[in-house]
Amino acid sequence: MRSWFSWSRWLGIVAKEFIQLSRDRLTFGMIIGIPVIQLTLFGYAINSDPKHLPTALVIAEHSEFSRSILASLANSDYFTLVGEAPDERAAARMLATGAVQFVVTIPPDFSRRLIRGERPALLVEADATDPSATGNAIAALNQLAQSALAHDLTGPLAPLAAQPGAFEVRIHPLYNPEAVTQYNIVPGLMGVILTMTMVMMTGLAITRERERGTMENLLATPATALEVMTGKIVPYVLIGLTQVTIILILARLLFGVPMVGSLALLYGAVLLFIAANLTLGLTFSSLARNQLQAMQMTFFFFLPSMLLSGFMFPFRGMPGWAQAIGEVLPLTHFLRIVRGILLKGNGMAEVMHEAWPLLLFMLVVMLLGLRTFRSTLD
Amino acid sequence: MTTTVGADANVVIDVRGLNKFFGRNHVVNDLSLTVRRGEIFGFLGPNGSGKTTSIRMLCGLLTPDSGEGSCLGFNILREAAEIKRSVGYMTQRFSFWEDLTIRENLNFIARMYGMKNARASVDETLDNLGLTSRAKQLAGALSGGWKQRLALAACLLHDPQLLLLDEPTAGVDPKARRDFWEELHALAARGVTVLVSTHYMDEAERCHKLGYILNGRLLAQGTAGDVIASQALTTWSVTGTQLPALAQRLRSLAAVEQVAAFGTALHVTGSDRARLRTELAPLMAEPGLTWTEVEPGLEDVFIHLMRDAGEAPLGGPRP
Repeated sequence: MRSWFSWSRWLGIVAKEFIQLSRDRLTFGMIIGIPVIQLTLFGYAINSDPKHLPTALVIAEHSEFSRSILASLANSDYFTLVGEAPDERAAARMLATGAVQFVVTIPPDFSRRLIRGERPALLVEADATDPSATGNAIAALNQLAQSALAHDLTGPLAPLAAQPGAFEVRIHPLYNPEAVTQYNIVPGLMGVILTMTMVMMTGLAITRERERGTMENLLATPATALEVMTGKIVPYVLIGLTQVTIILILARLLFGVPMVGSLALLYGAVLLFIAANLTLGLTFSSLARNQLQAMQMTFFFFLPSMLLSGFMFPFRGMPGWAQAIGEVLPLTHFLRIVRGILLKGNGMAEVMHEAWPLLLFMLVVMLLGLRTFRSTLD
Repeated sequence: MTTTVGADANVVIDVRGLNKFFGRNHVVNDLSLTVRRGEIFGFLGPNGSGKTTSIRMLCGLLTPDSGEGSCLGFNILREAAEIKRSVGYMTQRFSFWEDLTIRENLNFIARMYGMKNARASVDETLDNLGLTSRAKQLAGALSGGWKQRLALAACLLHDPQLLLLDEPTAGVDPKARRDFWEELHALAARGVTVLVSTHYMDEAERCHKLGYILNGRLLAQGTAGDVIASQALTTWSVTGTQLPALAQRLRSLAAVEQVAAFGTALHVTGSDRARLRTELAPLMAEPGLTWTEVEPGLEDVFIHLMRDAGEAPLGGPRP
């Protein structure tokens, strides 16, 4: 019995493991940090029933009825009226850039036709790229048609309040009319996969050289730090582009994801996104002492990227602080770019709107990275 | 002391007052060193004494915090790039790519030095190593001795003027070590300068000149004879019976600094010749013991230097 299991030997192994764990501060941080971050994110930030969705108005006719409808929209919790668009084109642009989730149009002649009992249509255009973000709000709209004018339809107009309602709510779910979840998820996956592989692979590539001692050899040759770093990164740029191509082909063949916009523009955005992630990977590699730490840093970054970028859960469902963190993450902006190009057919102008935060992120991380680089090379 | 290299073209390494700190650790303390063309200079000292850091400063991998000097006529502070081009540096640990083949490793190094006749040089190197038939094997699959030979060959690929070797023979068998040193001497004969750090006394004796570094300070330098003579030690060798008991008694004597067993003999060393003789006199009168005065060895000198400097550190910083 004692020969195959000795308690004192076993305790010795347990004690050694604890000592080693306590030496690695980063691992220790992960042990505490991961559950805390997961809990706060899942517990407070994530909400699959987003409310207060920004809604623009196109009002062709101001009347008592339209005022009542807008008031009940505002009261419904699902809609936050951000203002009136000057015309339909401006409203369409707001939808394309993602500035608003809905555009509510009250057509001319609305009240006259309503009084005549012609059931005029209240037009609601929704940015339905992410079906889960708009689903509940759309359901609430149909309810609203019943109750919005309850106070106005009295006296001679009372019969109009009966079923099927005094006006019709006509919903146009734009960009993803059939509410196919894949159309939203598959382009998003492109960003998720790139984040994971680009950050991790560069992080590992450089810490591996350092861990194995080959970095010293490399730096003892006439190769300069710039040559080493850029030379080591380029293969990963190509890997990233390959991954994107594979995802695009599969997205088309397996899921029939629409590709409305310019693929050249998409690849341009992909390059920028890859660059941002590689910069981060490089910075991690200059901070990490070994490959394990580089891995852990990648995960630490990957987790909030997945949860707070709008990939898994609607971005607008999150509280302000979580949205603020999300706005910092490159994935958030890349998701908007990819979905914008593929589903909405966005062009350069709309893409630029999301591209500059990516650039800014890259520059800041690069500056941080350069500062730590100096000390590790010397 | 030379102030410019032009004064003596045969001086390959000429540095003065090099200092390096890692945090609060004074790793290299006022290192001054002169090594001439074709010399094999042995760099000795306990672990963590600053040997690796010194070598890294000489080849431009680290910038000294203070001090000045030149390596191959290039300023070590400003011309690191030029130094790197004509120096071969072999790291303490095998630092080639284990997941590349032997040929790929050599090709890569050849490209890093921008060699024009890379292919021919690599072929020749493989041939000299006797590795032509194994060129497609992964470097990681080589045994320790072969890895060391490959590393040296890779360092020599670009025909460096100066070789900096950091404990190149650690963990290598005696035959491979001897071959290695034969090659170093052949290189030195062709005018290549070699600075090599080692822990082995037999290797130290093969060097033309030695430097002994401890706690970042160069305590002694010169030929092996110079270094030994500089400390003026007296060593007695005693053979006989019951040596372990004798060793105990010897250690209690004030003039005895070291008692070390060498096979069937004890070596008794002290720096005060006359006092040692007086204290040993009663023991010399005892029967069954044979006493002879011998030349102190390098090891005796180094251990004496370590004792002088107080207890040596077990391990210094390894950046």
